[in-house]
Amino acid sequence: MSSTQEKTHKIRGKVRLREHLMGWLFVGPFGIVFLALLIAPLGYALYLSLFQKKLIGGTSFVFLDNYVKAFTDPSFLSGSWFVIRFSLVSIPLQIIVALAMALILDAVTSLFTRFARLMIFLPYAIPTVIGAVMWGFLYSKSFGPLADVFDWFGATPPDFLSTNLIFYGLVNVVTWQWAGYYMIILYAALQGIDPALYEAARMDGAGKWQIALRIKIPLITPALVLILVFSLIGTLQFFNEPQILRSLAAGTIGPDFTPNMYAYQQAFALANFNYGSAISFALGGIVFVGVYAFLFFTRKRRSFL
Amino acid sequence: MTKNRIIAAALLATTSALAACSSGQQAGSAGNPSGNAVASNCTNTIPKKNLPVVTMWGWYPNTQLVVDNFNKQNGEVQVCWTNVGQGGDEYDKFQTAISAGTGAPDVIMIEMDRIPTFQIQKSLVDIKQYGYDRVKADYSEGAWKDVSVGQAVYGVPVDGGPMAMIYRKDLFEKYDIKPPKTWDEYEQAAQKMKDAGGPHFGDFAANVSALTMALQIQKGASPFAYDPAQPEKVGVKLNDQGSKDVLDYWARLAKKGLVGTEDQFTPEYISGVINGKYATYISAAWAPGYLTGAGVGKGKDTGKFAVAPLPQWDPANPVQVNWGGSAFSVTSQAKNPELAAKVAYGLYADKESLTDGWTNQIIFPLNLKALNSPEFVNLKVAFFDGQQANKEVYVPAANAYKGMTYSPFGQYYFDALTKQVSALIEGSVTGAQAADRLQEDVVKYAKEQGFTVQ
Repeated sequence: MSSTQEKTHKIRGKVRLREHLMGWLFVGPFGIVFLALLIAPLGYALYLSLFQKKLIGGTSFVFLDNYVKAFTDPSFLSGSWFVIRFSLVSIPLQIIVALAMALILDAVTSLFTRFARLMIFLPYAIPTVIGAVMWGFLYSKSFGPLADVFDWFGATPPDFLSTNLIFYGLVNVVTWQWAGYYMIILYAALQGIDPALYEAARMDGAGKWQIALRIKIPLITPALVLILVFSLIGTLQFFNEPQILRSLAAGTIGPDFTPNMYAYQQAFALANFNYGSAISFALGGIVFVGVYAFLFFTRKRRSFL
Repeated sequence: MTKNRIIAAALLATTSALAACSSGQQAGSAGNPSGNAVASNCTNTIPKKNLPVVTMWGWYPNTQLVVDNFNKQNGEVQVCWTNVGQGGDEYDKFQTAISAGTGAPDVIMIEMDRIPTFQIQKSLVDIKQYGYDRVKADYSEGAWKDVSVGQAVYGVPVDGGPMAMIYRKDLFEKYDIKPPKTWDEYEQAAQKMKDAGGPHFGDFAANVSALTMALQIQKGASPFAYDPAQPEKVGVKLNDQGSKDVLDYWARLAKKGLVGTEDQFTPEYISGVINGKYATYISAAWAPGYLTGAGVGKGKDTGKFAVAPLPQWDPANPVQVNWGGSAFSVTSQAKNPELAAKVAYGLYADKESLTDGWTNQIIFPLNLKALNSPEFVNLKVAFFDGQQANKEVYVPAANAYKGMTYSPFGQYYFDALTKQVSALIEGSVTGAQAADRLQEDVVKYAKEQGFTVQ
């Protein structure tokens, strides 16, 4: 008896050990890549951000001075303020467009919807860099279709790459790029709702609008929160689109246009990797606070409406 | 037709810039102790595979031909060429390679105004000991001065950028305007053209800081004082009266609608130059090559352009200035500096390469063999409809150029100037305010970087 028990115990132990090993084996490759390509660089950047390298005088340990400098640096502050304002305008717009599209596609079923879904999603499949180059041309006063349309009426086309309008020019690019992607997420969430609920609602006399507002939207709130967090993180780190459009409008889009661009300029154009790292971490802090605040306020209410 | 051509050219430029990023990284990551391993990353094919290879970054439009010429003629070393982007793009990559301590090429093409920036980081090699004496006589003293820091020589001069006024003959005829000799006349001519319903007379852009700086120097500005013997000291004077006057002059022209305010070097701007949106293009001797490379002045556009000397403030005391101009430098990461120096001295030095450079008006040569040759001086430039542009305009301008002192933080200064000019164009500051803010900004940066500012 006892020997059998011991045996089973041993076998169980072996099995458990093997399971452990298998687990580590599966997680291992990811873990190694994660440590090597994310944690290690982050740690190194944090280390770098505590030093200061001058053209004259070399490198010295300055502890948090770079962070103090960042939060008093007009370039960093105005860039941060820009991405915050940009988030406040562009994220709701993206979500509204995506939600409207998803609701329409969910309500209407025809041959056209599959095609429409693909077309709306397509911009996301285009790399942001290419998308930005393309919009640069569409906005062009000499090549762009906008120019032709305004020409018919003898008016001057708006210059979306000018200082006054670049905000809206970028809002448009970002919405075009991301709304389709969010639409797919919301559409998938809508498809997951039990149709019996609609039937019950209809029996209670609810119309299409009421079903959309009272049933569909509340039930996909988790998906909405998810895409809001995604877009908030993405927008605060705004980089690709303005960086590409900069080659067409260097006067409008300065190197400190967004905090991420500023970090890039400090590190790679001015060889100031220390301050660049500090800006990146400071931006990381802003993103963290923003996302935390958002999740905190959406935590209690499960619905927006 | 032209429209499509520009779009195609611009897309090509963009994609090749992106492609260049990746190839640059490849070249960088190849540790290459043996010399031949990088050959696979070269833009060019290397004919003599058994020879040691020197890597090189550059963006002259005809680099391919120059490199091929060199490789064919040289029995000692071969060049592996990569174009990692023009101007700032290349400098950013070089800067990163310097900081990383690896990844830079052996030889790099850089504009002369950036030499102190890289020299102060000890990323360039003094090539005086590697054959300077043999080629010393091939370049003027001024040319050597621009690539030297103190007694040390940090590059081999290749091309210069004497400035002039390129203009549209057809527009000048149509509106009955003669090439202005002074900036006052320039303004009057611009007004006349506008009153007659003509296009913009020129362009005042935020993204061409080196041009703005040159125009300020013409009015007597002397932005930097820097002596490498005392590298910790730098003189910064960006808000003198001349600088302010020049900013105010252009801001006034822009405000009156006499000149445009578009960024230059963009497809939009080039198409403007092609389509007669601008009557003049204040630029340097390399501009025709740049424009023809973008498709300007060919086919039905042939012969519309001419060139006149740069307008002056005081015609009794003309001042000639420079925009651009570049050299080949050997980087401190070169595995074999002596071999790299041989390449730097030898590239763009054979007759065939030089001739190709100046006949197509791609580069304005600093090599005296070309600069003094009658063929060069008397060349009837096709872009200018057979005008003897070198003899009439560019050679005198180059000869009268006095040289200048550049700062050891060129990138920061140019970015800061772009920012101020942008604000000036927008109308939120006056020229004087812009200059004062620039001064404050750059002095602050210089102090942060450990300099004693005088």
